[in-house]
Amino acid sequence: MASVSLNQVSKSYGAVDIIRAVDLAIADGEFVVFVGPSGCGKSTLLRLIAGLVPVSSGDISIADEDMTEVPASKRGIAIVFQSYALYPHMTIARNIGFALETSGLGKPEIKAKVTDIARMLKIDHLLGRYPRQLSGGQRQRVAIGRALVRQPKVFLFDEPLSNLDTDLRAEMRVEIARLHEELGTTMVYVTHDQIEAMTLADRIVVLNEGRIEQIGTPQELYRQPANQFVAGFIGSPRMNFVAGALLGEKARGATTLGVRPEAIRLVPAEEAHVSGTLLRLEDLGHEHLAYVEIARDITWTVRLAAHPDRERGAMVGLGWAEEALYRFGTDGRAVA
Amino acid sequence: MTPKPASGSLQRKEVFAAWIFLAPALIALLLVAFWPLARTFYFSFTNATLDDPSIYDFIGWLNFTEIARDAQWWRAVGNTVLFTIVSVVLETLLGLGIALLLNQALPGRGALRAAILIPWSIPVVVSAKIWEWMLHDQFGIINNLLIGLGLVEHGIAWTATPSLVLGVVIFIDVWITTPFMVLLILAGLQTIPEEIHEAALVDGVPSWKRFWSITLPMLRPAIGVAVLFRALDAMRMFDLSYILAGNNERTMTISIYARNQLISFQETGLGSAASTWVFFVIALVAVLIIGALRLDRSTTAGR
Ligand SMILES: Nc1ncnc2c1ncn2[C@@H]1O[C@H](COP(=O)(O)OP(=O)(O)O)[C@@H](O)[C@H]1O
Ligand SMILES: [Mg+2]
Repeated sequence: MASVSLNQVSKSYGAVDIIRAVDLAIADGEFVVFVGPSGCGKSTLLRLIAGLVPVSSGDISIADEDMTEVPASKRGIAIVFQSYALYPHMTIARNIGFALETSGLGKPEIKAKVTDIARMLKIDHLLGRYPRQLSGGQRQRVAIGRALVRQPKVFLFDEPLSNLDTDLRAEMRVEIARLHEELGTTMVYVTHDQIEAMTLADRIVVLNEGRIEQIGTPQELYRQPANQFVAGFIGSPRMNFVAGALLGEKARGATTLGVRPEAIRLVPAEEAHVSGTLLRLEDLGHEHLAYVEIARDITWTVRLAAHPDRERGAMVGLGWAEEALYRFGTDGRAVA
Repeated sequence: MTPKPASGSLQRKEVFAAWIFLAPALIALLLVAFWPLARTFYFSFTNATLDDPSIYDFIGWLNFTEIARDAQWWRAVGNTVLFTIVSVVLETLLGLGIALLLNQALPGRGALRAAILIPWSIPVVVSAKIWEWMLHDQFGIINNLLIGLGLVEHGIAWTATPSLVLGVVIFIDVWITTPFMVLLILAGLQTIPEEIHEAALVDGVPSWKRFWSITLPMLRPAIGVAVLFRALDAMRMFDLSYILAGNNERTMTISIYARNQLISFQETGLGSAASTWVFFVIALVAVLIIGALRLDRSTTAGR
């Protein structure tokens, strides 16, 4: 178990800056999730922590020890990849125990450890098989087992569930949460999945173009996004935006206004803050998504608990509580 | 109408189409491979000669037993086997080493990869002649260098010294075909996902163990195929030996032996029998190597 801290960490490939002056302190035992659009540098940041790529500048320390120049093998970390990266020619048992073979442990001890881990991950019946004989979910359990067996100080996950279907993803999410609870190990987890980020994280780090946009608990990011990027990124479906000018004095001088789809209600025309044409309705069973064109080329999403009973093409009025309105300045930062 | 007959006729159509597509290749194979092979088998049971191959008698297995009793045949077999084993082993080891180097992120890696192919792209005759000149006992650059460095006093007659000549043939073959090995092994290396190496690296597995337990086993199919190709090629080697040393007993391969029976001694029957032997020896080696590959595969797959 260990804390991780990054101090002004930057990474460039040639002239391209991928990670720009990142400061981050991860507490011992914390579960931190990196989210951000594809290509924003999540994996690169994780690899910098792992030591798989060297920093261009800045320092990295793990458990208060400077690790900037320490090779990956000596950092006391373990990593789980989206591709599982299992050794295809080894049995599951050997996959899990492989790293112990050169650790000075005897065969019986390795076997005992492997069996323990496999039992914990419910893969003990698969130990004699080969990776290709396993399903995606089982493979990812093996990859996690392989990471666990060395009792690393820090766990790194790079989109571990992205190759799984929805059901398995939910199951593995619960499994990873349980592991974190039981082991209490520091975990850094990269994902582009909102649900994973919101449900697993103690704190979420939102990255954009190699910079940290905001760090906070899931609730903080959802309720008080620091800027328009975070507001748009956290929450699904994403927040609706409109230029302040369109709402006149309600904007209170803000350049951009935002309302979350779940904060909007359909209201009679005279109570409406904005109104528009109902373009399309999606019935998701437990909820309905309405797409309303409130101005040319500005379509808002509205989440409704029940069918709105309006025809496509009808004019609908949209309303929301005053405190549901987010205001952003010219620079995109949130303003009161 | 039930769907059964419809799907049956569809299947028949597909089978028919498959045969149509296969036909050109099959006909070509029959003409250029099967027909000469069948003729060779046929003549190997006769006492035909080259000056008039139309007059002959069937003499049963006599040609085969005569060859089996010929000491020169067994010397040729010995040369061929020695040449095959030594050259393929050297080429595999060198090929593996160079492929591992080229797989690193070296500066100028692309140019190096292209450059390494040059020896392989030169026709064997040309390579053999180039090396023959470089190894010439009086005018060759190799002897010149050795004398210049004070390592020898007189030029060494590399290709004329009986104890050296097979070594020279092996050396030139290694020079020519190592690039082929490099290419196949490099292709194999690139199929190993980066993240597998990274997972082992992060887990603190030392580099020798990563090589022995991850890289090498995952390369086995690529190396196996490369060794198969090279071994079959080496077993029927003719050109290099023939250009460098002609009918020298020290370098005579089974292909040269067969050619001598057929052309030099005009013995179509004996030559055909020798060729048939060559065919079966190579087929045996192919079966053995392929069998070994399959065996390996089933141990990784099985249990
Ligand atoms: N080895 C590399 N050389 C050059 N550019 C790279 C390298 N690795 C990643 N990048 C670039 O860095 C950016 C961030 O990549 P990555 O960290 O994988 O993004 P993410 O995981 O957030 O999708 C991408 O634009 C990618 O093209
Ligand atoms: Mg990534």
